[in-house]
Amino acid sequence: LKFWDWAFAWEILPILLRASIVTLEATILGFIIAAILGLAFAIGRMFGPKWLSVPLAGFIEFIRSTPLLIQIFFIYFVFPEYGVILPAMAAGVMALGLHYATYCSEVYRAGFANIPRGQWEATIALNLLPYYTFRDVIPQAIPPIVPALGNYLVALFKDTPLLSAIAVLELMQTAKIIGSDTFRYTEPITEVGIIFLIFSLVAAALIRLVEARLNRRTTRP
Amino acid sequence: MPLRSLVICAILAFAAGLAVASFAGFREFVPGLLEGALVTVEITIGGCILAVIAAFIAAMAKMYGSWPVRWLAVTYIEIFRGTSALVQLFWLFFVLPRFGLTMDPLTVAILALGLNVGAYGAEVVRGAVTAVPRGQWEATIALNMSRVQSLRRIIVPQAIVAMIPPWGNLFIELLKATAIVSLITISDIAFRAQQMNATTYRTTEIFSLALVIYLALAMVITIIMRQFERLAARGLARGASH
Repeated sequence: LKFWDWAFAWEILPILLRASIVTLEATILGFIIAAILGLAFAIGRMFGPKWLSVPLAGFIEFIRSTPLLIQIFFIYFVFPEYGVILPAMAAGVMALGLHYATYCSEVYRAGFANIPRGQWEATIALNLLPYYTFRDVIPQAIPPIVPALGNYLVALFKDTPLLSAIAVLELMQTAKIIGSDTFRYTEPITEVGIIFLIFSLVAAALIRLVEARLNRRTTRP
Repeated sequence: MPLRSLVICAILAFAAGLAVASFAGFREFVPGLLEGALVTVEITIGGCILAVIAAFIAAMAKMYGSWPVRWLAVTYIEIFRGTSALVQLFWLFFVLPRFGLTMDPLTVAILALGLNVGAYGAEVVRGAVTAVPRGQWEATIALNMSRVQSLRRIIVPQAIVAMIPPWGNLFIELLKATAIVSLITISDIAFRAQQMNATTYRTTEIFSLALVIYLALAMVITIIMRQFERLAARGLARGASH
């Protein structure tokens, strides 16, 4: 038996690439949830009344310090007990979104904290309704935090193999199935690793590009 | 949060967990999950030690090595940061035996998680070392110290103070990542939870309890790191005042 069989490696590559579409879907859907829910968490925690902000802070701390894998199991196995039956992919995407929403909320919080005080004071001076306050002030916080959010996008992408634990047919699960069918794990798992490496390196380069763009725009007077 | 309220929180959480566990129907799950927690703690400690060693070696190699050594360190850091921990774990578990390297799953788990977190830690170490003021380096040159001497006696001790909080975060990340070792048949908390779930179908109790145990362990790490931080800061302040 050879260490590495090129013919086999080429044969399984299209299957893995097709599976990587599921991985990308999970990444994008999960990140959309994370970005929106994270913003809601951050606003609730910073501007909400005390009965909301204190439990919310505790909840965020709880989600951040427990493993994503258990949270995936929790949503997939426990929610059906209460009548919420989700397909594996939906449960996995929800867990990813919720877990990273807590990380994103910290990023947003840092962004809001960096808005000059004068901006808030101006909204009070102009007697703006909360809706207009948020509409006019919060967008200022977004550009500086884009790179930080990008890093969490890459981190979320790298956590998608955990969905294989509830049998979502993404990259890792497909590689494992190929492995158990053919008793050759070397090629599929190595290829999965290379696919991940390429995606993350490209994403990291893109983030650096966006960061440079944003810096240029903000430093121009 | 100040240290004392953290300790109180941890004790309260533990007491509340125990109370709920003994009154509600999930007393029967406590021993099994705690046995799993022992394995989780073992892997976490082993992984943390390996991560610190790997991070220091990789950071020093990246900063001060000759070009082949530097290239090696950069490759290690990029590969382990660029792929996911689960892929690395499976790779070590399924592929290494084909090269004649058969290890027991526990060793594979510690190796994979330690090397994974070590790659992130290398950047933490590098950042902290470069953040030491230039004057410190200049002073070691004035004192005619060799590079190894100045790193060991002057630069690294100061860098360690700045490193402790980010390392605390990385250790918690490592603790959370240990849940994936259940997928290579190690009977940690996550594995026990799944096993019990398969036999009893009491999902709510089992998985809630598992989450609470992980939370308590994360709090223990936070408390220990706070303690380290105070110790290190005190050492630095004393050094400066003399």
